[in-house]
Formats: sequence, structure tokens, C-alpha cells
Amino acid sequence: MSKKQNVKEKTQSLTRRQLLKGSAAGAATLAIPVGTADASVWQAFFQKHFNELDKDEMARVIERLEKEYKKDYGVDFNIETSDAKPDVLFGYGLDLSRCIGCRRCVYGCVRENNQSRDPQNHWIQVLRFKKGETWVHDLEGSEKYYEPETVPEEGYFYMPVQCQQCENPPCVRACPVRATWKEPDGIVVVDYNWCIGCRFCMAACPYGARHFNWSKPQIAKEEINPDTHYLGNRPRFKGVVEKCTFCIQRVRRDPGTYPACVEVCPVGARKFGNLLDPKSEIRYCIDNKRVFRLKEDLHTSPKFYYFFAT
Amino acid sequence: MPAYPIRNFFIALKEITRGNKYYFMWVGFLLTCITIGLIAYAGQLKDGLIVTNMRDQVSWGYYISNFTFMVGVAAAAVLLVVPAYIYNFKPIKEIVLFGELMAVSAITMCILFVMVDVGRVERLWHLLPVIGILNFPASMLTWDIIVLNGYFMINLCVSLYVLYKMAHGTVYNEKFIKPLIILSIPWAVSIHTVTAFLFIGMSSRPFWNAGILAPRFLASAFCSGPALMLIVFQIVRKVSKIDIDNKAIFKIGELVAYAMGINLFLFGAEFYKEFYSATSHAAHMEYLYFGLHEHTTLVPYMWTAFAFNLTAFFLFLLPKTRENFITLNLACVLIITGVYIEKGMGLTIPGFVPGVLGEIYEYFPTITERLVSLGVIATGGLVYTLLVKLAIPIYTGELRFQTKDSPTKPV
Repeated sequence: MSKKQNVKEKTQSLTRRQLLKGSAAGAATLAIPVGTADASVWQAFFQKHFNELDKDEMARVIERLEKEYKKDYGVDFNIETSDAKPDVLFGYGLDLSRCIGCRRCVYGCVRENNQSRDPQNHWIQVLRFKKGETWVHDLEGSEKYYEPETVPEEGYFYMPVQCQQCENPPCVRACPVRATWKEPDGIVVVDYNWCIGCRFCMAACPYGARHFNWSKPQIAKEEINPDTHYLGNRPRFKGVVEKCTFCIQRVRRDPGTYPACVEVCPVGARKFGNLLDPKSEIRYCIDNKRVFRLKEDLHTSPKFYYFFAT
Repeated sequence: MPAYPIRNFFIALKEITRGNKYYFMWVGFLLTCITIGLIAYAGQLKDGLIVTNMRDQVSWGYYISNFTFMVGVAAAAVLLVVPAYIYNFKPIKEIVLFGELMAVSAITMCILFVMVDVGRVERLWHLLPVIGILNFPASMLTWDIIVLNGYFMINLCVSLYVLYKMAHGTVYNEKFIKPLIILSIPWAVSIHTVTAFLFIGMSSRPFWNAGILAPRFLASAFCSGPALMLIVFQIVRKVSKIDIDNKAIFKIGELVAYAMGINLFLFGAEFYKEFYSATSHAAHMEYLYFGLHEHTTLVPYMWTAFAFNLTAFFLFLLPKTRENFITLNLACVLIITGVYIEKGMGLTIPGFVPGVLGEIYEYFPTITERLVSLGVIATGGLVYTLLVKLAIPIYTGELRFQTKDSPTKPV
């Protein structure tokens, strides 16, 4: 970001803060006679963009959200707000010759990232292709709803697709309110409290990686994962967009852990690591395998590499 | 505080609350539709957009389709402004105000259609300058918000200023409004261009990712809006003392014919490109006109639209049918329906079918979506009705506002 823009944003946020203070005070007086209206409703309404919260405001927001989630799900939540680590750019590898299409990654992701169970929201889509037919340039031949007794099936192969964490993400450009952006470690995130739900980003994404909460997400209390990150797997709201974040809550830990899909894959088809570290496994794959990226012609420059291990 | 502005307000209020039984039946009908729409929208607010048939595969549906169509209707004004002010064609100059009022109500509908489409309507303040964050200039949606609101303001200012001056029995200052009117011409072009760019800019969707979309937007916009105007003019002429010259009506009809001719030509060019080269990108057009893997929901609609547009083109083009009110009105209805299908669902849905991962999800709006849209259109209709109801007597000189010199007698 240029210096000029930085300065501009600072002055903007100042005036915004003052204005908001005034309007929040006004709203508070409005809220009192209503009686039943909880102050947190107004705090949620006037909550600022994640990147504009100062330390105190952030603490208050987290406290409020943890309280709200506890009320909804009956579990104590921990919401991290950790920043990107220096000199890290996350990259992902997927070995197509190993994938057996079992969808354990799909449901591992659902559990880890608190996706809605009703209606179901899946951040990973596994496409099935018939061997010998056109595929990567004509995904129309793919089947997403395959349901065999056992996998892998004779004569088919599988390609899981999730957010490709583009270096040049068309979704970020589309958002009219900057509710989605690319973090310094390369992860594209969404502020679920700032998203207005216009779904422009979903139309702009060439990988079908963005998903909308068409209704209030439903998750059973006992299935909730309370270890969350603000920009990742904390429970979402009705009417906002969500997406894969490479399990930001796991990979930003110290020491980091693999994304849930990498961990759950029974055949080791999934690789993950720091693209800036020449000794990482992902770099080894890129340097030694024949890799390709999905829809290279669109110049989105994904950080998600498909390859064949042989 | 002088009393006359308040009294003038009541004069205006009185004007729109009185009328014959047809006026009340019409307003009552619109209010009923609005109420039905509001009830449907309340259900959508409560349960979320799950009550629509939109899903991740087709993430924009009937609301955005209606939005794009209404952006086109807003062009009605400019097709009157150009002959009126650039070529000083007197018959049209007298009625240009009705076009500007239509632009105002069309943009009102556009804004409402976006509002009913978003998932978190209470967060729309995030779009406001200063207190929100506008992702300008990167996001084409922010450009659209700016140009649509600008067009709304220009037309509202011009029409209200002219009405205000007329209501006081004075002549408006052309030096003051002429620059605004001239500005409204490129601005009208910009609302279509930017709305088209919103779609064109998405490399993820080959159906929209074609430059021809912008000129096609303009061409079809100059069909639907003016055709609607032609019907309105005939009603205004019938129910009021305003005399609208036949010459104006026929001239507008002729302009619509040219616009539709260009639209059909551009359509042919697009059709040829897709099917002669027959790449995988032709799948969207194939879905639209022939069906894809036995999915044919939109096919009958698209051929209907094509037949309507083609018939209307000839009816508007031939002086004999253009100057016969039966065939003229038939042509108007055909062209409005045709463009509504083509620039509505016919534009939005195939962008998503087949989807980016090749999936075919067939979309058709639910009852809720249709009722909410009905409510929005009725709101636009009501805004236009009330504005015109007030404008007509001001136009004919039957209604005059009081000034501070007027005798203070009760209204």
C-alpha cells in the first residue's frame, strides 16, 4: 500500500471514529426507551471494519462476540486476532495422482471451520472426471454429486477445488466495501461483521470458492469448534459470504499446525507450507514435480498447485 | 417563518390526494401490491435469502435481473433530452419533463432492487462515504452506486426546479438548468456503461466477459424506456388537458426502431461469434437458446423475446404501423416484454450457467422473489404516478403555488 493511501486512511478513520462516537451516543439514547434492546445490538451495528479497530476496540469486540457465541452455542469460545507472521507466504499442493475422492477433506473442513450443517456449506468441492475425457479446460464434464459405494472408482479420477488464495484475487477487487482482502501471508479473508452480502465476490470468483449463508447457519452445540480466529472459523451470520482461509486459526499458531484438510487426508495427497522457505515441502513439490494451476489463463495467479507425483 | 411554503406543501398534498375513481383505483392497486411485497420481504428478512431460489451456483437472480432492466428504463429521459435540447425539436421539448420523472422513479426501483438483494441490509451504511468504506475505484459496484445516485440527483433537480418555477408562474432560467441537462446526456450513457462494466469486468464468467455487452446495454435501454414513455404519453393526453403532439410520439417511435435495429445487429454478431467458433464458452449461449444437457428453462423465454423484439422492430420502423396507434401500442408492449426478458433473466442467469466449475443449476424465481419484485415495481409506479399527478396541473396552469405576496387566505 502506498504512503499516500495510508495517510488518507488514517484521516478518514479519525473522522469516522468521531462521527461514530456521536452516532453511537445518539443510538444509545434511542435504545434506552426501547428497554428490551440490548446494548450489544447497537455495538454490533456500529462495529467498525476489522482493520480500523484499535487495541481497546478490538478487545471489546472480541469480548462481545465471545459472549454472543456462548449464548448461541453454550460453549466458551476463544477468538484469536493474530497477525500474519513475517516472511511467510502460504502455498498449497494437491497430488491428483493420489486423491481417491473420499471427501474426508470436505467434512474435516466442515467440522474444523464451523460450516453450517443445515443447509450444508462446503468450502471444498471434489470434482469427479471420467478418465480419457476432456477435463481441466472443460469442467462441464465434471460430476460433483457422485455417490458410489466405495472410492476410488474404476475409470475415474478426482480433483478437489477450494479457495486458490490467488495473488491477484478478483473477489477482493469486486467487494464494494473492502470486507474481503488479502493478508500479508497471502490468505484471502472476510470480515463477517463488515460484509453486506451483495455477493459480487461470488460472481467474480473463477473457482466457486466463495459461499453464502443463505439462512442462519445451523451447527449442533456438541459439534462446535470453539478454537477460532476472527478472520477464519468463528461462527458466521446469516447473509454473509465465507470461504476457505487455509485454516488461518491453525496455520498462524506458534508453532503452526497444518490445515484440517491436509491433516485428515488418508493418502497424503495434500501438501502445505511456506512458499518463501526454500526448504519447505511445498517448494520441493513445485521445484521437482510437474505442477499446474487452475485457470492460469485468467492471471489470478493462485497459490494452489496441482501436480502428479509420479 | 413565513407560512407560504407550508401552505404550498398542503396545496401539493391536496393535489395528489384527490382525483377521480380511476386514479384512486390505480393508487389503491399499487398500494396493495406494495403491501404484498412488504409482507413477502418481511419473510425474507426473517429467514434469509434461502426463501429465494438463488444458491451458491447462481448467486444473483431475479432481483439483479430487474435491476439491470430498470437501469435501462432510466434512459427514457435522455432519448427525449437529446431531440429536445440538442436539436430543439419543439414537440418533444414540451414533454421532456415526463421522461425525467420516469428516470427518477426507475432509479428508485434500481436502488430498491439492490436493497432487497443484499444479505445484510442494515449494513448498507458501510457504503456511505466518510462513515463507511467505499472500495473506490477498484470495485465496479462502487462506480455504479455513484453514477446511479448522480443520475437520480440530476434528474430530480432539473424536474423539481422546472416544476417549482412553473408552479410560481415564472419561467425557468435556462442558463441554470441547461448545463445540468447537457450533463445528463453523457451521464445517462455512463449508467449503462458502468452497469455493463460491472458484468463485463468478471473474467470468471465468459458470457459477460465480452465488450459487446456495453453497446448492447445502451441499444436495448433506448428501446424499453422510451416505449414505456409512449404509453404514458397517451394516458397523460387522455386524462389531462395536456396536448401531446402526435409528431413527438411518432418521432420517439422512430428512434426506438433505430435502437432496436442496432440491438438486433449486435445480438446477431454475438450469436455468430459464439456458434461459429463454437468454443467451450459457447455453452452459456447454448444454454440460453437451445438448452444444455436437457436443461431448457430459459429457452422458450429467449425465443419469445427474440420474436417480440424482431416484430416490434418492424412495427416501429414502418411509418404505416408506427403511425397507427393500435400497432404502435402493440409494438410498445412487445418491445418492453422482449427487452425485459433479454436484459433481465436472459442476461443475469446464463452468466452462472454452467457455473465456474461446470455445474448446471437451473434457476427460476420463487413466489417470494416475484412478490418482492412486484412490490418494488409498484413502489416505482406509485412514485411516478404521484409525481405526474402533481406535475400535470402545474403544467396546465391549474395549480399555482403561493408566494409571500399572496393574500393569506386559508387553502
